[in-house]
Amino acid sequence: MQFTDEHKALASNVKNFAQNEIKPFVEDWEKNGHFPAHDLFKKMGNLDFLGITKSTEYGGLGLDYSYGMVFAEALGYAADLGVITAIGVQTDMATPALDRFGSDELKKEFLTPSILGDLVSAIAVSEPGAGSDVASIKTTAQKTGDDYVIDGQKMWITNAKQADYFCTLVNTGDGNVHKNKSLVIIPSDTKGLSVGDKIEKLGQLTSDTAPVYFDNVKVPQRYRIGEEGDGFKMQMEQFQEERIFLSAINLALLDECVAETISYCKDRTAFGRKIIENQSIHFKLAELQTEIEATRALIYRACEEFVNGNDLTNLASMAKLKSGRLIRDVSDACLQLYGGMGFTWENQASKIYRDGRLTSIGGGADEIMLRIICKYMGII
Amino acid sequence: MMKIAVLIKQVPGSESPLSIADSNVWLDEEKVAYIMNESDNYALEEALLLKEGTQDCEVVVVSLGPERVKKIIREGLAKGADRGMHLNINSNDVTDPLSIAKIFADALKSENFDLILSGLQSDDLGHGQTGIIIGELLKMSTGSLAVSTKLDGDQIAIKQEMEAGFFQNVRMSLPASITIQSGLNTPRYPSLKGIMGAKKKEIKTLDIDSSDQKLKISKLYLPSSSNEITMIDGSPDQIVENLVKVFKSEIKI
Repeated sequence: MQFTDEHKALASNVKNFAQNEIKPFVEDWEKNGHFPAHDLFKKMGNLDFLGITKSTEYGGLGLDYSYGMVFAEALGYAADLGVITAIGVQTDMATPALDRFGSDELKKEFLTPSILGDLVSAIAVSEPGAGSDVASIKTTAQKTGDDYVIDGQKMWITNAKQADYFCTLVNTGDGNVHKNKSLVIIPSDTKGLSVGDKIEKLGQLTSDTAPVYFDNVKVPQRYRIGEEGDGFKMQMEQFQEERIFLSAINLALLDECVAETISYCKDRTAFGRKIIENQSIHFKLAELQTEIEATRALIYRACEEFVNGNDLTNLASMAKLKSGRLIRDVSDACLQLYGGMGFTWENQASKIYRDGRLTSIGGGADEIMLRIICKYMGII
Repeated sequence: MMKIAVLIKQVPGSESPLSIADSNVWLDEEKVAYIMNESDNYALEEALLLKEGTQDCEVVVVSLGPERVKKIIREGLAKGADRGMHLNINSNDVTDPLSIAKIFADALKSENFDLILSGLQSDDLGHGQTGIIIGELLKMSTGSLAVSTKLDGDQIAIKQEMEAGFFQNVRMSLPASITIQSGLNTPRYPSLKGIMGAKKKEIKTLDIDSSDQKLKISKLYLPSSSNEITMIDGSPDQIVENLVKVFKSEIKI
């Protein structure tokens, strides 16, 4: 992938922003159990960070996804996957289908303010009984006059406590489970919508995650994105950006983790010498950096397919699978090199060990990625 | 139209590896991560704020150095400067403030700037004189260590930082060359629209002959350190007495 001066300037700008406007506050935000989404998103909206690939008519920059990926990678310098993932929800999970298929009216009402950072969005797909198996969701939308009446429950919803609207996958009909769904925008202040208690998670503590309940929730049918019945297809498309984003955010984060571990090993003495001098340790660190670079190359290649307008499902699935495995391997290996310190909360390796575990689960678990890859290989 | 020049320098970043080149007169450029000099960044922000508060105002970012300095010129353009000037010089040989100021004065003279802002000093060489000498060479009013600026017709009012916590309010007529203290504003991040728009803005390149220089660095080296330890033994009173002697005569506190 060829990066222009503008790509490099964007990367350097986002890195500075992440290091100065996010990283210093992460410890407090973890203690609070959430980050101030409206404040942070407004700052990012002012710098055009939230509409990089979105249509120019609605306030976006209209750039290709290589810029979105550079943005995602540089966000890694914030050193907190909770905030970074929440930003990704706004840019690459809850809004791509709205941008591609939403009506002019719907985009003006929801997309433009999201790009400006005035509205916080959430994507509501998973349910207690259907996560990876998206087609089995149970939430329904019944037509009544010009409205939909929505009943059901969504689970694991990032930004749930602070979101102004939910891009929600619902069943708008019966029959074929791949053709009976629609994506509907549901404002969070709609009567009958309630957000449950924050879920206590293993990691990503800066991000508020909660269930969302719909009890007789009435929204106008014009809040539907695109044609009725196209929701599953649109969501599958929307997953591709999500997967590149979720893969790319681990790269700079892991570069930093390895660099910090090297510093620690150069400083730490055991058995009369710096532990970095042990071949088992410096070779291990070289292996880890090589794995990061190999994964980076795969992610860049998946992105290139996307930019060239090709089907990226196979490569995006491989990228997310590999990135999820990578973050587990690298954080675990670095944590081990920290020894007792690794088991405390005072280093990046243990934080990434907690936060990074989600990459192999969210946005389609590793097993789903493998299933997709198998299908592309013609195995099943 | 009000014309403001901002002089920006590219310097090694505070987190950059700093290894000395084989020539022993400068850093190994290949390994250095360069950034915009900190106080120049504040000067740029001050210029952009003045532009926003003034009708019909142009901000020009000017940098002296090799090709690589275009990066910070583009950064300035992305933040909102209208055009750039690159004073292209092949090497880092010119290091004395008088030679540097003469180069700038020659390049800027025909532009007739109303105001020249620069950071109070560079983070690498730290002479802190360039902006003031330029003002003198171009027969402008000069001010240094400004912690606030306010344009008022054909004058500018600045608050200058003095020693021992004192400040001085000064009003001077334009044109003026003023050096800016860090911390007087909050430098903005460039927006992505700014970054994408910067490539359409003009960067004028002037090739500079660096042969006329008065001062050269003869050697650059790290301070030597030693691990010498002196143990002071005796009773507490003797230890204190000897320690005070060491402080007075050897360390010279």
